[in-house]
Amino acid sequence: MIFRTENLVAIGFVVLGPIIGGLIAGVDRILTARMQGRIGPPLLQPFYDLSKLFSKRIAPVNRLQVPFIVSHLIFVVLTGFLFFEGSDILLIIFVLTLAEVFLVLAAYSTGSPYAAIGAERELLLMTAYEPMIILTLVGLYQAAKSFNFYEILASTTPLILQLPGIYIGLLFILVMKLQKSPFDLATSHHAHQELVKGLTADMGGPVLGLVELAHWYESVYLYAIVFLFFSSSMLAACIGLVATFFFVILIDNVTARVKWQAALASAWIITLVAGAGNLVPFYLITRGH
Amino acid sequence: MGGVERSIWIVHYDASSCNGCDIEVLACLTPVYDAERFGCIVTGDPKQADLLLVTGGVNNRNVEVLKSIYGQMPEPRAVVAIGACAYSGGVFSECYNVCGGVATAIPVDVYVPGCAAKPESILDGVLRAAAILKERRVALRSAPRNAKKGSTEEGARR
Ligand code: SF4
Repeated sequence: MIFRTENLVAIGFVVLGPIIGGLIAGVDRILTARMQGRIGPPLLQPFYDLSKLFSKRIAPVNRLQVPFIVSHLIFVVLTGFLFFEGSDILLIIFVLTLAEVFLVLAAYSTGSPYAAIGAERELLLMTAYEPMIILTLVGLYQAAKSFNFYEILASTTPLILQLPGIYIGLLFILVMKLQKSPFDLATSHHAHQELVKGLTADMGGPVLGLVELAHWYESVYLYAIVFLFFSSSMLAACIGLVATFFFVILIDNVTARVKWQAALASAWIITLVAGAGNLVPFYLITRGH
Repeated sequence: MGGVERSIWIVHYDASSCNGCDIEVLACLTPVYDAERFGCIVTGDPKQADLLLVTGGVNNRNVEVLKSIYGQMPEPRAVVAIGACAYSGGVFSECYNVCGGVATAIPVDVYVPGCAAKPESILDGVLRAAAILKERRVALRSAPRNAKKGSTEEGARR
């Protein structure tokens, strides 16, 4: 069997994903605290939290919760694995959606009213961000003529210059995907009470640990998609990633949670205006090539 | 901070307090005291909590609620009773419906003195409880796995 670099990167993602994701979460919490005028937790706090969660003794609330959450984690990891392995990104979208559906099923299965509301809101958010994800991929394809991560990465012109609107749309749904305010309706990342925790209500100990772990993996490949937009030079990529990361946390701290109607409407309007508004002219210009 | 649990998720229950102690608990989360620097997070879900903070005394109505919250918390867990009311009923101890301190319903690990308790002493109490949590976690690791009931007997009856 021949090992390509792609395979190595994909395996690296599976092994190192939690470490990178956990560090991202740690920096996130410190930055958030500093923005609020607090000192904040140590950098490794997310890892302390995770190891504590896995040491808890708790019976799952029913027989379905654990299989659903494990499936969620497996499909999230698979999404990232296929992504870094250079598979067709279109296929990856389906795997990603399946992963989300398992999380929603797990929340529904608990029977907690808070989790049920969280699950419903998560479904609404999926409806809100899914069109933009598809537009992003179509845009990337149109620019690089490929659905492969590495071929898009190798494109010479910086994608951010060709697809600024798509990038803005992506930024918008990134806030949703990372469960940040103002779109943290389904579940929030911060310390909160029942309704805001929604999706993860009635999940405790190791089960919650798996959800956290999946979220860390998710944040790694979401930022990898952002990376694609700046991949033409290393410096641009670093600046682009740091700026995006900072921006998402800033937005998280300065906005109030919106109602689901506003989340859905604004996401679709952004998709239509920034996403399609960028893609259609771009398609007409590049069609001949 | 060797020997202290570094991740302490807290569920806060206001039994029958005058709200004085509750305000001081909330003060612990503000930038001045910033409980998160010790890894403390306040959660609303007992199933995700390690530490139960109780303010106020126990009365005939909320004794079952308190037991239920405690029952849903997974092992290892600890309880901190805050203020004079949580110790003995405090100024409310003579009331017709008050049964007494938190210990009349559930086992208490740390008592924080004061009426109202100061944020500094609440943080101190939480960190003492964190040391107890750490001990329990170590003890639980060597204990047989069948003791899953921590999360549980009373909780299941909810
Ligand atoms: S101890 Fe004092 S401040 Fe605290 S709840 Fe009781 S009466 Fe209020």
